[in-house]
Amino acid sequence: MTTKNRPLSPHLQIYRWQITMVMSILHRATGVALALGSLLLVYWLVSLASGPEAYALALECLGSAPAVAVLAGASFAFFYHLCNGIRHLVWDTGRGFEISQLYASGYAAIIASIALTAGFWLLIV
Amino acid sequence: MAEFRLPPNSRITRGKVFKAPEGARNVRSFVVYRYDPDSGENPRLDTYEVDMDSCGPMVLDALIKIKNEVDSTLTFRRSCREGICGSCAMNIDGTNTLACTKATSDVSKDVKIYPLPHMPVVKDLVPDLTQFYAQYASIKPWLQSSTPPPPDHERLQTKEDQAKIDEPSACILCACCSTSCPSYWWNSDRYLGPAALLQAYRWIVDSRDDATGQRLDDLEDPFRLYRCHTIMNCTRTCPKGLNPARAIAEVKKMLSDRQH
Repeated sequence: MTTKNRPLSPHLQIYRWQITMVMSILHRATGVALALGSLLLVYWLVSLASGPEAYALALECLGSAPAVAVLAGASFAFFYHLCNGIRHLVWDTGRGFEISQLYASGYAAIIASIALTAGFWLLIV
Repeated sequence: MAEFRLPPNSRITRGKVFKAPEGARNVRSFVVYRYDPDSGENPRLDTYEVDMDSCGPMVLDALIKIKNEVDSTLTFRRSCREGICGSCAMNIDGTNTLACTKATSDVSKDVKIYPLPHMPVVKDLVPDLTQFYAQYASIKPWLQSSTPPPPDHERLQTKEDQAKIDEPSACILCACCSTSCPSYWWNSDRYLGPAALLQAYRWIVDSRDDATGQRLDDLEDPFRLYRCHTIMNCTRTCPKGLNPARAIAEVKKMLSDRQH
């Protein structure tokens, strides 16, 4: 009997999305976003060091509507990664593994990251 | 590496529809993954309409009814029909569970049934579990003691020590958890997966076992243990209500503790 040509059963295509796995993949996605977003931070700092003209240009660029949208996303990524990272720290102590706790901490992290993002923007705008 | 799309020979096509018998009033549709290794064709989804007035309550009852009365070629594993053997593990309504303990009434629309995810399919709902069992064997799931057994009685342990292994011993190795884990999907060649790790934990915490250090050494590996990213699908899906994610976290803790 040949075993080489066996098909692979469907996985991502059919598995029901649940908050546990959604938050996990979002944690990784926000981590990647933060790494890329740090380039913006570097650009801002470099422009600051390069003199008033460069800094004025940077402020103009970073103040444009698309850039603000990106920054808003980056700030959410930061707060989400922070809040969910705290969940991971708690798990590393062996706590919080009951299904009910997983859901409670998951929803808490999502709400907290949205609230922190909103609060952050209210503070700086 | 993560390969999100199914390979060309695994993409699913549309299959046949088996209509409910005339006069059936309480009809549910079961959409079932079919793969016939002899035909050389791609897997397909067949739809079976079942009259629930003459069918038992569980998904397994419906599968058996379909096999008996409608399509005898439908192939699946089953044995105990009461959630203790783990044979009928499959993906029902998007999550892995045992067909014998999953009530059809718990599914709201069409009952979609696939084999356990990201596994080689032998036929229809039967996945090839060779590697899964090999991984289980690799954690040496037996007592390793440096002392001979007492001649006149069993190796005894306290109730507290017994309580530590009660839950992990209840695992029936149905493979629901491992095949629900995205990390296992992408790295099953090197990551042991939640089921094998739960059993590794079961022997690590067994007070009668003397190979604890060796067992921890064997797990201290970027892939075998640490591909667990606490995604939690395993605990979410376990049909026995066990908690492989916590067991894995405990093993990680033991590994970090012994470094100090």
